[in-house]
Amino acid sequence: MSQSAGDLIPASGFSSLLKSLKLKTKQQELLIRVAILCLVYVLAFISRLFSVLRYESMIHEFDPYFNYRVTQFLIRNGFYEFWNWFDSESWYPLGRIIGGTLYPGLMVTAALIYWLLRFLRFFVHIREVCVLTAPFFAANTTLVAYFFGKELWDSGAGLVAAALIAICPGYISRSVAGSYDNEGVAIFALLLTFYLFVKAVNTGSLAWSLASAFGYFYMVSAWGGYVFIINLVPLYVLVLLITGRYSMKLYVAYNCMYVLGMLLAMQIRFVGFQHVQSGEHMAAMGVFFLMQVFYFLDWVKYLLNDPKKFHTFLRIGVTTAVALGSVALGVGTASGYISPWTGRFYSLLDPTYAKDHIPIIASVSEHQPTAWSSFMFDYHILLFLFPAGLYFCFKRLSDATIFIVLYGLTSMYFAGVMVRLILVATPAVCLISAIAVSATIKNLCQLVRVKSKPASVVTAKGTTNTKASSKQGSLETSFPIQRNGAAALLFGAFYLLSRYAIHCTWVTSEAYSSPSIVLAARGAHGNRVIFDDYREAYFWLQQNTPPDAKVMSWWDYGYQITAMGNRTVIVDNNTWNNTHIATVGRAMASYEDEAYDIMRSLDVDYVLVVFGGVTGYSSDDINKFLWMVRIGGGVFPVIKEPDYLVNGDYRVDKGAAPKMLNCLMYKLCYYRFGELTTEYGKPPGYDRARGVEIGNKDIKLDHLEEAFTTSNWIVRIYKVKPPNNRW
Amino acid sequence: MGRSTTAKDAEALVHSLRSAYSATPTNLKIIDFYIAFAVVTALIQVVYMAIVGSFPFNSFLSGVLSCVGTAVLAVCLRIQVNKENKEFKDLPPERAFADFVLCNLVLHLVIINFLG
Repeated sequence: MSQSAGDLIPASGFSSLLKSLKLKTKQQELLIRVAILCLVYVLAFISRLFSVLRYESMIHEFDPYFNYRVTQFLIRNGFYEFWNWFDSESWYPLGRIIGGTLYPGLMVTAALIYWLLRFLRFFVHIREVCVLTAPFFAANTTLVAYFFGKELWDSGAGLVAAALIAICPGYISRSVAGSYDNEGVAIFALLLTFYLFVKAVNTGSLAWSLASAFGYFYMVSAWGGYVFIINLVPLYVLVLLITGRYSMKLYVAYNCMYVLGMLLAMQIRFVGFQHVQSGEHMAAMGVFFLMQVFYFLDWVKYLLNDPKKFHTFLRIGVTTAVALGSVALGVGTASGYISPWTGRFYSLLDPTYAKDHIPIIASVSEHQPTAWSSFMFDYHILLFLFPAGLYFCFKRLSDATIFIVLYGLTSMYFAGVMVRLILVATPAVCLISAIAVSATIKNLCQLVRVKSKPASVVTAKGTTNTKASSKQGSLETSFPIQRNGAAALLFGAFYLLSRYAIHCTWVTSEAYSSPSIVLAARGAHGNRVIFDDYREAYFWLQQNTPPDAKVMSWWDYGYQITAMGNRTVIVDNNTWNNTHIATVGRAMASYEDEAYDIMRSLDVDYVLVVFGGVTGYSSDDINKFLWMVRIGGGVFPVIKEPDYLVNGDYRVDKGAAPKMLNCLMYKLCYYRFGELTTEYGKPPGYDRARGVEIGNKDIKLDHLEEAFTTSNWIVRIYKVKPPNNRW
Repeated sequence: MGRSTTAKDAEALVHSLRSAYSATPTNLKIIDFYIAFAVVTALIQVVYMAIVGSFPFNSFLSGVLSCVGTAVLAVCLRIQVNKENKEFKDLPPERAFADFVLCNLVLHLVIINFLG
């Protein structure tokens, strides 16, 4: 056996090593597969470590700081305190019931890893665990992708899927080291649930359905996107029922998963009773009842063994049942007991809904519709491999491939509606593309390896050549051109995949590895300049303000101020109270006297603004100001957006609207800026982010005084003065 | 005229259903009895809720869902144990019963947590 294998594989160090180990072909294949999976696992982990190596091990962005603070609380105080936590340090004076308004999956996972490491006597800091949680789970996702690919097609497709998803930029964007956010864990849970469910449908075993119910529970505890699962699975069942591919296994799999999954999901306080009351979850319940009816009818038909009698049964029984069901649904929806789709998910079906009705949802940049360039940037060659994979799936239809086709098509639709959801589509795209790649390469390899030797040969993807040897008789006289063409196509495929790897690494390095709390730029001589202003400001707050000081800022920075500055904030990223945010927006957009009244009513001690005029940083508060106006104006009609615009243009120079030049935000951002020369050859007061000279340089503040400005003027903190003693 | 044919059809229907059902093996009949018991218990709970109101809702849900859940799991067991189902002929009935017991265990543990 090893003798003939040695004849066919060209003599190289690797094959002689394998020969020396005296392994059978099957064991060789297993060794290669395990080696590839280990390499892919390590690759997925280290590919996400760019920012840790370049800067330091810290948490990025805004949302993850809340998760980090919650995890610290959980570590210190235990699970019972965490589950019942009422936080008075945010949303002053309302406070926030944190225990009941978050998805605990991520924090509990990180805490468990931390406790496990401590138990093994590795005394790491919780921050290190938090920073590296997402890459660790991304590596686990590649393993799940391998098993899923094996279930869908064969082990070759599984290996390719694992390799593709390890470096795909669509997934990397939300799971770099330091991005301690729900999606890092949620995508692992999503793919795991889908894999376990497909396995349950294929085997019809209650044990696998129970496992998929637990996977669903983990997904519900981790992310609000679980609604996708609870709608995709019933859609899949419905498609199978309609196309007549139903079987007893489907009944067992879906029912066990639905009932147990629903019960487990209701243990999360944030989800509560939504599974029986919310319109978004009604599809699953409807399909549940439909299945009972369907299979009951099937059983009656089997019992009766007589089509005529069965028709009678149908007539009498089913009409009454369907009438009852629709009446119940109608009454439920009309009386308001079953709530309609909430704004967040309704805007997925109708993308224009948020812009008109809910400005807060529309203002988040990740909620914008996706441009074509984003698709190309995040998927590269997978974009055209995806339709090719769909073709292969339709060629060999099975229950599993129908599922992945449905998952791919629905997730691609939603990815087109909202940029953030490219993440959800990534596993489907990688799996389907892997099927295309694996099937194509397998066919090409068979064409290349057509020889007159009867022995089996092991190719790199673990496929055997027995098929080709059986076709030997017909292909014995094949043209050498076919072999050369196949070899050329193989080389082309190899080239494409290598370009994909290069693109993914470049994208990860340049676009998705910036911590966004530390800014970097190129200096005049090409050296890298680091702006660490955010952390400078937060530590100033922590060390120079009284412990019960209240800080007013725009909601973007709320989590970071509470986590790093350890001070109470008025609004933060949770955005659960629109009126409170509108109050802050109104304060920022009013003249100083009115704003002072609002700030006194909220007991504000310090105001924090972010300003990018000196460094050219374009995500500062002046650029976000129009959203403050819109959100404030949505609740308080006294704030009107046209007051701040000139002929529909948003300007800050001499020609700007008078209300704009005198509002609180303008004054706080540009206080003393008129004396500063920012760029050589430009007048003092030249705003580098907007590219204009500001209009109002002579700013006097009556009710606030400047407390702190960071070294690059990015964060500016002002103290609210108490009212005067005498008039 | 139409009425009497429908009545006659219904009579014939019930008769044939009864005779076909009595041919099923005893172990399946036991499972069917268990399912019927669970469903009746669920209906009684719903009627009670309609009378006294649905507070606390989690207790009501856990009660009803435990009945519905165990009924559904029993149906799955019946499907897997039934010798006439070709798809499950490789599955030993002991394994099916063990899965049933495991799933019921998980179901009732969650119910106890949810009962309040």
